[in-house]
Amino acid sequence: MILLVSLLALAALAAVPFFVGAYPLGLGIGILGYGALATAWALFSGPTRYISLATVAFFGIGAYTVAVLADLMPYPLVLLCAALIGLVVALLVGLATLRLAGIYFVIFTFGLAELVRQLVTYYEVNVTRTLGRYVFLPIGPEHIYWQLLGLLAVTLALAFWISRAKIGLALRVIGDDPVVASHLGVRITRTKLALFSLSAVAMTLAGAIQAPRWTYIEPSIVFNPTVSFLTVIMALLGGPNRLFGPLLGAVPLFLLFEWLSANFPNHYSIILGLLFIAIVFLLPNGVLAAWDKFAARLKNKEASA
Amino acid sequence: MRFSAILTGLVLGGTYALIAMGLTLQYGVARIMNLAYGDLIIAGSFCAMLLFTAMGINPLIALFIVVPLGFALSWLVYALMLQPLARRSPNRDRLEGDSILATFGLLFVIQGVALVLFGANYQSYSFLAVPIDVLGTTIAANRLLAFALAVLFGVGLWLLLTRTRFGTVIRAVAANPGSAPLVGINVDHVARLAFALGGGLAAAGGVVVSMYLTFSATMGVIFTMKALIVVIMGGVGNLLGALAAGLILGVVETLVSSFIDPGLTLAATYLIFLAVLVVRPQGLFGKAAR
Amino acid sequence: MTNLSRRTLLQAMGTGALATALASLPTFAQDRTAIRIGYAVSKTGANAGGAGISTIPNYLLWVDDVNKAGGLELSKLGVTLPLEVTEYDDRSSAEETVRAIERLATQDNVDFILPSWGTGSNLAAGPTFDRFGFPQLAGTAVTDMAPQLAQRWKNSFWFLGGGHDYANALVNLLVKQRDAGAINNKVAIASVADGFGIDLSKAATPAFEAAGFELVYDKTYPLGTSDFAPIINEVSGLGVDTFVAFSYPPDTFALTQQAVVANFSPKVFYLGVGTAFPIYPNVAGPNHNGVMGVGGIDPDSEAIAAYFERHTALVGQAPDSWASAVTYASLEILGQAITRVGDLDKSAVAAEIASGEFDTILGKVKLVDNQLRALWTVGQWQDGKFVGLAHTEGKAAREPVVPKPAWVPAS
Repeated sequence: MILLVSLLALAALAAVPFFVGAYPLGLGIGILGYGALATAWALFSGPTRYISLATVAFFGIGAYTVAVLADLMPYPLVLLCAALIGLVVALLVGLATLRLAGIYFVIFTFGLAELVRQLVTYYEVNVTRTLGRYVFLPIGPEHIYWQLLGLLAVTLALAFWISRAKIGLALRVIGDDPVVASHLGVRITRTKLALFSLSAVAMTLAGAIQAPRWTYIEPSIVFNPTVSFLTVIMALLGGPNRLFGPLLGAVPLFLLFEWLSANFPNHYSIILGLLFIAIVFLLPNGVLAAWDKFAARLKNKEASA
Repeated sequence: MRFSAILTGLVLGGTYALIAMGLTLQYGVARIMNLAYGDLIIAGSFCAMLLFTAMGINPLIALFIVVPLGFALSWLVYALMLQPLARRSPNRDRLEGDSILATFGLLFVIQGVALVLFGANYQSYSFLAVPIDVLGTTIAANRLLAFALAVLFGVGLWLLLTRTRFGTVIRAVAANPGSAPLVGINVDHVARLAFALGGGLAAAGGVVVSMYLTFSATMGVIFTMKALIVVIMGGVGNLLGALAAGLILGVVETLVSSFIDPGLTLAATYLIFLAVLVVRPQGLFGKAAR
Repeated sequence: MTNLSRRTLLQAMGTGALATALASLPTFAQDRTAIRIGYAVSKTGANAGGAGISTIPNYLLWVDDVNKAGGLELSKLGVTLPLEVTEYDDRSSAEETVRAIERLATQDNVDFILPSWGTGSNLAAGPTFDRFGFPQLAGTAVTDMAPQLAQRWKNSFWFLGGGHDYANALVNLLVKQRDAGAINNKVAIASVADGFGIDLSKAATPAFEAAGFELVYDKTYPLGTSDFAPIINEVSGLGVDTFVAFSYPPDTFALTQQAVVANFSPKVFYLGVGTAFPIYPNVAGPNHNGVMGVGGIDPDSEAIAAYFERHTALVGQAPDSWASAVTYASLEILGQAITRVGDLDKSAVAAEIASGEFDTILGKVKLVDNQLRALWTVGQWQDGKFVGLAHTEGKAAREPVVPKPAWVPAS
C-alpha cells in the first residue's frame, strides 16, 4: 500500500514538467535540490545528532567533477565518477572525525568544507591556470528536475529502509547514548562511517546534477557555505528524525525565501530573521511535530463532539 | 626575515584572538552557539566609523561608548530571546539546536538593519595607520593595538575567572549548570552576564578592526566563522586557549605566506585547525569530554 | 475572516486573473500604462558590495532619468510610456539568479530584463536570457570568452571586455615608461585567487615576459585574506619599481594601507577592482593621488561630469569610474534601441542594439560582434578624478604620472 502510494506520488511529480512553465519548474528544481540535501543530511545527522556543516564540500565536489569531466566522458559516467569521489572523500573525513563530538564536530566539518574549497582553488590557479569552468551540456531544466526527483526518491527510500533496519536502531542508540551503544555491541565506528558516506554521496550527486544549470562554475559559487547552513536549518526546522521531516522543512522554507525576496527585496533580511526567531518559539519541535499536535487536537475534538 | 615574519604573524593572530574572546565566553558559559556574533562585531565597526566620520570622535574614545552598547544589547538579547529558550530546553543538545536557529534569525535581523541603514557598500576609514618599529619590524599601530587588547582581555579575564570569587561562580556555571543552583548560584543571572560580557568584547573587537579592515553589512558571517575556528581550536570557554589558538593561526598564516606561497595561507590555517582537532578532539586547552 | 477582507481578497484574485489573461493577449497600446523592466540583483550576500556600487545605483538612475523625461516613445503603438520596475534580490546565488529571470520572464511578463552584477552571475544567466529571447546587457562581466559567448547566445551583449584587454593595455603603458627610463625592469604581481584576478594574471604574466620585464614576484592569495603585511614586506625588498595587484575591493584597500604603513612606495602602484570606487580617496587619504588601477573615465567629457552629478544627487554618492558609466551607457543603448524600433519586440530591439550606433555618456558607441570594444583600460587618480590613461581605441588620454608622489605617512 505504502509502496503504491509512493509510486503514484512519484509518477505525479515526474509529470509536473509537462504541465508547468519555466518558473514553477525552476521552483521545483530548487525545492527538490534542497529537499534532497536536507534528507541526505538527516540520514546521518538525524539519528546520530551530529550537526554537519560539510554539506557544501560534497555538493561542490559534485559540481566540480561535472565541470571537469563533462567533455571527457558520457554524462552517466560523469555522475558515477562524482559519486565515487564523494564516497572516497567521505570515508577519509569520516575516519578523521570519529573522535569528535558536539560543537567540535560542527566546526570541524565547516573547516573541512573551507579546506576543500581552498585546495580546489589552489589547484585550479596553479596547475590549470583557470579559475572558473564552463559547463555547456545539453541538459534542460526538466532533465535536472527528473534527476533530482530520482535522487530524492532514492534518498527517501534509503532513509526509510534504514529506519526499519537494524542499522537505524543502532544509530539511534548512538545518538541517545554512545556508551550504552558500545556496551550493546553496536559497531559504532562502522555504522557511523557507513551512514556518513551514504549521506555524502547523495549530497555530491545533488551538486553534480545541478551543475549544468549554472553554466559557470567557480569555487565561490559552488562552495558557498550558505548551502550548508540552509540545509541544516531546513532539516532542523522540519525535524531531522522523521522520514519526511527534512523535506517538510525544505519546502515551506524555500517558498518563504522566494516569497520574501520577491515581495520585500529591501527588507528581506529583517523579516526573514524575525520569522526565524518566531518559528523557534512557536514550533519548538519542528513543523511535523506541530502538525501532529494539531492533528491530535482535532481528533480529540471529534471524539468529544 | 624569519623573526620579522613571526612578529607580523603574532600581531595578525592578535586580531583573530581579539574577535574570538567574546564568543568563547558566550559559548563556554552561557552555552549559546551565537551565529549572530560576527554581526555584532560589524555593528561595532559601523558605530565606530559613524562616530569617527560624522562626529570626529576618536575610535579609542569610541570604545567607551560602543562597548557598553554592545554589552547592553547582548544583555537584552539574552534576557528577551535566549533565556526563555535556555529555560525550556531539557538538555544541552536541544539548546544547541534552538540557539543555532534563533541566532541565525538574529544574524539576519542585524544584517538587515545594517543594510537598510548603510547599504551594501564596502566601508573603510583609516585610523592609527602609523608605522611603529618593533625590534626592526615595521608594524601598523592599529594592528599592534588589536594585539595588545587581545592579550589584555585574554589574560585579564583569565585572571578574573581563576582568581576571584565572581570568576569561580562563572566557572561553576560553565562546568556544571545543573548543579550550580545547589550551591546558591543564580544560573540565569550568571549566563546573562557572561553573554553580555561576550557581546561587549565583540563590540570592542569591532571598533578595533574597523581601524584597518574594510567591512560591509554582509560580512558578519566571515567574522563568526573565524571566531568559531579560534574558539574551538583553543577549547570552548577557555580564554587563554582562544589567545593561543589565535596567535598560532596568525603565525602559521604569515609563515606560509612568507616562505611557502600566499595562495596556501587559508588552506594551511584550516589544515592546522583540523590537525589539532584530530589529535586533541577537545581543542588545545579544552577539557576531555563534556 | 470578515466579509470585507474576503471581498478584498476576491477582488485581488480577480484582478490577478485578469492581468494574467491580458498578458497572454497581443499587446495593444491601450492595455499598457508602462514599459515593464525587471531585474534581480544582489542586495545581500557576497556580491552585494559590488552590485551596490556599479549595478543597482545605475538601474535606479536610468529609470529615474527616463521617467523624468516623460518615458520612452513607442511610435508604432503611438504612446510614450514610463518605466515600471519589478526587482528581486538574488542573494548572490547563481541558482537564484536563474530562477528570478525565469520568474520575470514567465510570471511577471516583463518587457525587458536587466542582469545581475558580476561575471559569474552573467554567465549563469546567459542560457536563460537566451531561452526566452531577452537581450542581455552584461555591463559588469569581464571575460575573454565574450566573442564565443556572443555567438552562442545571439542576444547577449558584453560591455566590459576581457582580462587580455586590461592586462595588455597595462603592459603597453609600462613598456613606454620603461623605455623612457622612468621605471626599471622589475615587476611584482599579486593576484586574488578568484575569476577576475586569475583571468588578468593569466593574461598579464606572459605579456610582461614577452615585453622583456623581469617578474620577480608573481603569486596569488586567497579570497578573504585580511593581512597583506607578508606580501608587502617581501615585495618591498625586491627592488621593483612596479607593483601590480589584480585585487578585489577589501584587498585593494588593505594593500594600500599596508603599503603606506610599510613605506613601500614604488613608482607605479597599480590595483584592481575598488581603485576606481569613490570611497578609495577616503581610504587612502592624500595617498590616493597617482595610484593606478583598472578602468578610468574621460575627465574632459561634459556628459560624464553631468552623469556624475545626477548620480550623486539621486544615490547620495558618486559612481565608480569603471563599470558604472559603462553600465549606464548600456541602459541608454537599450532605451534608444526601444524608441528606434518603436515597440517592445525583443528580437527587433536586440537586432538594433547589435547593429545601431548610439549616443551615450561614453560618446558615440557602436557594438562590434555584440561587444563594446571602446573601453578605458588603465586609469590613475589625478586631481581627484580617476582619469583614463589608456583606451582600447586609442582615444586622447591623460599622460600617466610616473613616478607617483611618494606616500605621505599618516600622522
